[in-house]
Amino acid sequence: MGYHMSLSIRLTINGQPRDVALDDPRVTLLDLLRERLHLTGTKKGCDRGQCGACTVLVDGRRINSCLALAASMDGAQITTIEGLADGETLHPVQATFIAHDGFQCGYCTPGQIMSAVGLINEGRAGDDPERIRELMSGNICRCGAYQGITEAVLEAQKILSDDEKRDAA
Amino acid sequence: MTPFDYIRPATLPEAVRAGSAPGSAYLAAGTNLLDLMKGGTLRPERIIDITRLPGLDRIDWLHDGSVRIGALVRNSDLAYDDRFARTFPAVAEALLSGASAQLRNAATVGGNLMQRTRCAYFHDPASACNRRSPGSGCDAREGENRLHAVLGWSEHCIATHPSDFCVALTALDAVAETEGEHGTREIAVDALHALPGATPEQETALAPGELIVALRIPAEAARFAPRSRYLKLRERTSYAFAIVSAVAALDVQADTIRGARIALGGVAAKPWRAREAEASLIGAAATAEAFARASELALAEARPSGDNAFKIELARRIVARALALARGGTPEIMPALPASPFSTVPGADHAA
Ligand SMILES: Cc1cc2nc3c(=O)[nH]c(=O)nc-3n(C[C@H](O)[C@H](O)[C@H](O)COP(=O)(O)OP(=O)(O)OC[C@H]3O[C@@H](n4cnc5c(N)ncnc54)[C@H](O)[C@@H]3O)c2cc1C
Ligand code: SF4
Ligand code: FES
Ligand code: FES
Repeated sequence: MGYHMSLSIRLTINGQPRDVALDDPRVTLLDLLRERLHLTGTKKGCDRGQCGACTVLVDGRRINSCLALAASMDGAQITTIEGLADGETLHPVQATFIAHDGFQCGYCTPGQIMSAVGLINEGRAGDDPERIRELMSGNICRCGAYQGITEAVLEAQKILSDDEKRDAA
Repeated sequence: MTPFDYIRPATLPEAVRAGSAPGSAYLAAGTNLLDLMKGGTLRPERIIDITRLPGLDRIDWLHDGSVRIGALVRNSDLAYDDRFARTFPAVAEALLSGASAQLRNAATVGGNLMQRTRCAYFHDPASACNRRSPGSGCDAREGENRLHAVLGWSEHCIATHPSDFCVALTALDAVAETEGEHGTREIAVDALHALPGATPEQETALAPGELIVALRIPAEAARFAPRSRYLKLRERTSYAFAIVSAVAALDVQADTIRGARIALGGVAAKPWRAREAEASLIGAAATAEAFARASELALAEARPSGDNAFKIELARRIVARALALARGGTPEIMPALPASPFSTVPGADHAA
């Protein structure tokens, strides 16, 4: 497969299949989401993998969309902050970030929330705040809302695991 | 980024053919390549996306007990593979001390091995840099060089190799399997990265277009599973490259050291295996004195390349402490802060 001018890829974004024609292979997943698909919830902080503001889920795994080439994502399922809430009902991670003041200016928040969803899916932190902080270290918060963020992740994880137990019962 | 053609080959031979043409670069996850392209350090004309090549994303255990890791296995998948982490715990700890959860989810093992130096002048096309632009000079020599090399550097380049993973691999005699235009071969990870000498632009032993397809860690390295640690000092707790790091692995029987592996990170243009230091421990008792002697030997040839004399003493202490931690035994579970000297796991010897 060789591409020069135009390149067409298929993505499933927040559950919706999208065919996207790329006129230039240089576009990153982050720029595709923000500039072309107008999903501006995902933020650009550093554009170099150093802040986590651009975190999205690709096939359920959190990654930095600023360092992912859109063309290489062909066929992937992408979840962004816009895809988390169920209508008017917030995702538990969104709700606990509000309840615990997990932000101040809010710029890092979409990335923090997507990262927290990824962390909970990975299931490696248990209820250890030190593990949560370590596994959230890829998300920088210039406002320093870390205390609230850690509490929000812990509580959201508890809500989600209680839900799971209830569903299993 | 300068414009490029994007090619997504379906087979290995196609990839190698495309990758061998001048101006080509392989794309794995892109976490290092795209970064360098955005800054203008790299300007490939053709990107060969290797992420769809079949069969390179597996972890296979071979009959002899060695493990073969496909080049496209993601850093986090390898570190969290139970059998792998139990068998080669220092490698898992090194992986988990690198970058962030997001980056580890994306980054491939091949890309980790082939990542480039973080020297700021290499990343800035306006600076003189022999590694990026041969013969242009080295702005790091008179510049910000606190974190630069103390071993194996030359007048032409004082950069370090940033990978944590490679340090642990080197200590365990890992081997890279490659495929190039002239067929397949094997290269010890210890011989993969070159010291700068007069040709810092020749960063690795790979020929143009030669692709890493897998890594192997020999079964013999599993003898160190009960006593191995990776220790990494950073300028902040997490999500930072090493100032200095070390892997230490010991095989201790009846209070006597039967086998020892030591390698350092952040000190040279390649992961630095300290063979004389290892040899000094064989047959010795696992004491603080033996570890201090080994750490002296590991840094015997070190000299500052700038404002970084402190790294030599720091590296000695990191080696001695990594050995003490290894003697204490591999932790039952991965520490909350992998490789951190500030970790709160039992067995951490804060006074070392
Ligand atoms: C903010 C930040 C912090 C980081 N911190 C750390 C850290 O603390 N420790 C650490 O070790 N690393 C760290 N990294 C680096 C990270 O580990 C690498 O970027 C990553 O491992 C590269 O893998 P990749 O799959 O994205 O490679 P790519 O970016 O796709 O490729 C990297 C290079 O390798 C070549 N390549 C890729 N695959 C192959 C192959 N199979 N054969 C031959 N050549 C190949 C590419 O052409 C390219 O030149 C950090 C990165 C960032 C952005
Ligand atoms: S130390 Fe090496 S990489 Fe850094 S500027 Fe000098 S030549 Fe370039
Ligand atoms: S914008 Fe992607 S990590 Fe900062
Ligand atoms: S809330 Fe302002 S950067 Fe995090």
